Amino acid sequence: MTLNQLMFVLFGLMITVFGILTVTSRRILRAAVYLLFVLVSTAGLYFMLNYQFLAAVQLTLYAGGIVVLIIFSILLTSHINQKFEPVGLKKSIFSALAAVAGAIVTIVTILDFQFSATTEAAREIDMRVIGLSLLSTERDGYVLPFEVISILLIAAMIAAIVVAKKGGPKKTISDN
Amino acid sequence: MNAGIPLYYFLVLAALMFFTGIYGFLTRRNLITILMSVELILNSVNINMLAFNRYLYPHKLEGFFFSLFIIAVAAAEAAVAIAIIINIYRRFTTINVEDVNEMKY
Repeated sequence: MTLNQLMFVLFGLMITVFGILTVTSRRILRAAVYLLFVLVSTAGLYFMLNYQFLAAVQLTLYAGGIVVLIIFSILLTSHINQKFEPVGLKKSIFSALAAVAGAIVTIVTILDFQFSATTEAAREIDMRVIGLSLLSTERDGYVLPFEVISILLIAAMIAAIVVAKKGGPKKTISDN
Repeated sequence: MNAGIPLYYFLVLAALMFFTGIYGFLTRRNLITILMSVELILNSVNINMLAFNRYLYPHKLEGFFFSLFIIAVAAAEAAVAIAIIINIYRRFTTINVEDVNEMKY
């Protein structure tokens, strides 16, 4: 077993085990920390696939941003030592059945399919290529989704502020 | 870096991660844990995209940019979802999905 395969097995085990712990842990703060481990292992997989920029984005945005946001909201909304009551037996059995059946169908289909790789030379995606592609209207240019995502982000930011704004009791018109 | 690892390994791992997220989505009652399951699902899709890009079409950029935009959308979604969750908590003092049923019927 080469070093590559060893690293893949390590990341795969971490993702699977901590993923299952994320969805089954009865303490919510622990579930959030397990989710952090899953996201960091995913960044490791991106490094293995040679997408260094995306791995860095994954670490800063997911592991650094979203998990911190989730932990903040956990601290705002629930008691740290609170434990969930266990999931009902019937519900957990049927959910597990659905998940396992779906996983089996998907994995059997994947293993059955013959993927054919191209013979073209690989192209390294470095920062220069990313920056040029994001602002290019030519072939391999992504300026339209880039603009759309910028509008989406500002809309989401404004929406988050408006929704979470402290809303006191509504003033009636006769108050003025 | 990925020498000696077939494409299937990545796809099977992503499928396992996806259905772990599905299980959590079906069994959890707390809104924040449901959001965490959704994050798992989104991440598994990203792994798929990048593995396809690296193994099958290494001369193209589609998979890479799809993942980049998925991450951006996931960040926006998490921000809005947490704003809504905090607002729900303020109004109902709980974020259990079974107790938040004011708009039912």
